[in-house]
Amino acid sequence: MLRDITLGQYYQTESVIHRLDPRVKLVTTIVFIISLFVFKGIAGYAIAALFLLLAIKLSHVPFKFMVKGMKAVVFLLMITVVFNLFLTPGEPLFTIWKLTITEEGLKLAIKMAIRLCFLIIGSSIMTLTTTPNQLTDGLESLLRPLNKIKVPVHEIAMMMSIALRFIPILLEETDKIMKAQIARGADFENGNVIKRAKNMVPLLVPLFISAFRRANDLAMAMEARCYRGGDNRTKMKPLKYEKRDRLTYAFVLAYLVVGIFAGNLAKSIGLG
Amino acid sequence: MSIILDHVSHIYGEDTEMAVKALDDVNLVIPDGQFIGLIGHTGSGKSTLVQHLNGLMKPTSGSIYFNGEDINSEGFQKKELRSKVGLVFQYPEHQLFEADVFTDVCFGPKNLGLPKLEMQMRAYDALKLVGLEEEYYYQSPFDLSGGQKRRVAIAGVLAMKPEVLILDEPTAGLDPKGRDEILDQVAKLKQETGITVVLVSHSMDDVAKYVDRIIVMNKGKVAFDDVPREVFKHYEELEKIGLSAPQVTYVMQDLRNHGIMVSDDVTTIEEAKEEILKYLHRT
Repeated sequence: MLRDITLGQYYQTESVIHRLDPRVKLVTTIVFIISLFVFKGIAGYAIAALFLLLAIKLSHVPFKFMVKGMKAVVFLLMITVVFNLFLTPGEPLFTIWKLTITEEGLKLAIKMAIRLCFLIIGSSIMTLTTTPNQLTDGLESLLRPLNKIKVPVHEIAMMMSIALRFIPILLEETDKIMKAQIARGADFENGNVIKRAKNMVPLLVPLFISAFRRANDLAMAMEARCYRGGDNRTKMKPLKYEKRDRLTYAFVLAYLVVGIFAGNLAKSIGLG
Repeated sequence: MSIILDHVSHIYGEDTEMAVKALDDVNLVIPDGQFIGLIGHTGSGKSTLVQHLNGLMKPTSGSIYFNGEDINSEGFQKKELRSKVGLVFQYPEHQLFEADVFTDVCFGPKNLGLPKLEMQMRAYDALKLVGLEEEYYYQSPFDLSGGQKRRVAIAGVLAMKPEVLILDEPTAGLDPKGRDEILDQVAKLKQETGITVVLVSHSMDDVAKYVDRIIVMNKGKVAFDDVPREVFKHYEELEKIGLSAPQVTYVMQDLRNHGIMVSDDVTTIEEAKEEILKYLHRT
């Protein structure tokens, strides 16, 4: 029941995107997100859409999976659309009761909806094609310069990867405890908010205890293997840029330039 | 009064590439008062099977009947079913949550909406049945030893007065002494109350001594379903599916291979002793 959450879940398959260096994927995702807010006009959106389509195609991940991740944020999307639709001042299109939909509002709402959808799909391509370990490795490597200003980059990356690693374990644990308590007649679905919150106690207490137990075990196992943080630590699989990674960087740069240029050009000749 | 499984199949992740058939056309009848051992290798579907028996999981196809009623039909009271079919999960001590043992055992009966006195009576009876000493009743369950915690957890299910008690690997992670204590206690409980008991395990040695019927699961299917001595005769096939007959079966087999003609129709060490003594008297 709880395992349906896909946002941030790795999809195992073989593709060019899976093989890319995680740093490339991180940078590309950030560039893509920035591009969504920088690109202007229909031409800009079209280029972003093309880029996204290409990534989806190359990733070999069924589109179904990306849409599943969207379900979690449908609510947020709705709120954004509704607010933009009704609260943007401008030329009124039509009025329902006290609410007026303006032309500008409609445009803005559509734009925001497209942006958000692209943003979520774009970042879920990254998480679907990169294992959490690769992701934190990439992040650690990208943030390494911050070490100079005394930011414990390795420790932060380690904490992140442990946290990510624990999510599926804790979900499974929740599922198990839930079933065990349901077998004892517990009810997690009925009743008002206060009653339901109270009914969560038999679930949360064992879950916390088990989380602490697991954390303790893990800390012990790490110490037993002489873990001592990031200084001079070598990696089993050091990150190394390949030809395909450099090509991707070049392509992403070209995408950004073309997008900005095309958007502005289209706008200047009155297409945006 | 019985549980009937009629062509029950369960597929995990249906319609995805990762679909796994956990149960494949299982047909079983579990009559009243039997002591059943459900044996299978890890991943054979035994845990999935028992979760179907109290309605925690729904079969992908097929039906399950409890006392003649389809448990997945609309309007069927699942909560009542769960009080009648008590399921104790693996590592049940991981579900303890109350501040003291007694209150934790009261959780089940409380959920059934019983009056306070009845609730406490049942909790008391249940704790008596699992053989926990009274001095522990008002201690925190987290201060107990592993074996004691497990008893408390089993009592938590027993307090609902189930007609069928299912124990999923009740001895996992316990030392030999704790294991024997729990199993002896379950056997005693079975004798005293006469309820149906299903003991899930991957070890034949654990169950051979106690049960009067063994169901062997392999890859989601029922491989054998018979009295222990009949099942153990297939020890070569059992080995092929990653299981083994009790050690005593092998001892008797070896004796026979060395020309000592004892009967191989024994399942417990006691019976083997008798058989060997009989042989020695004969010669």
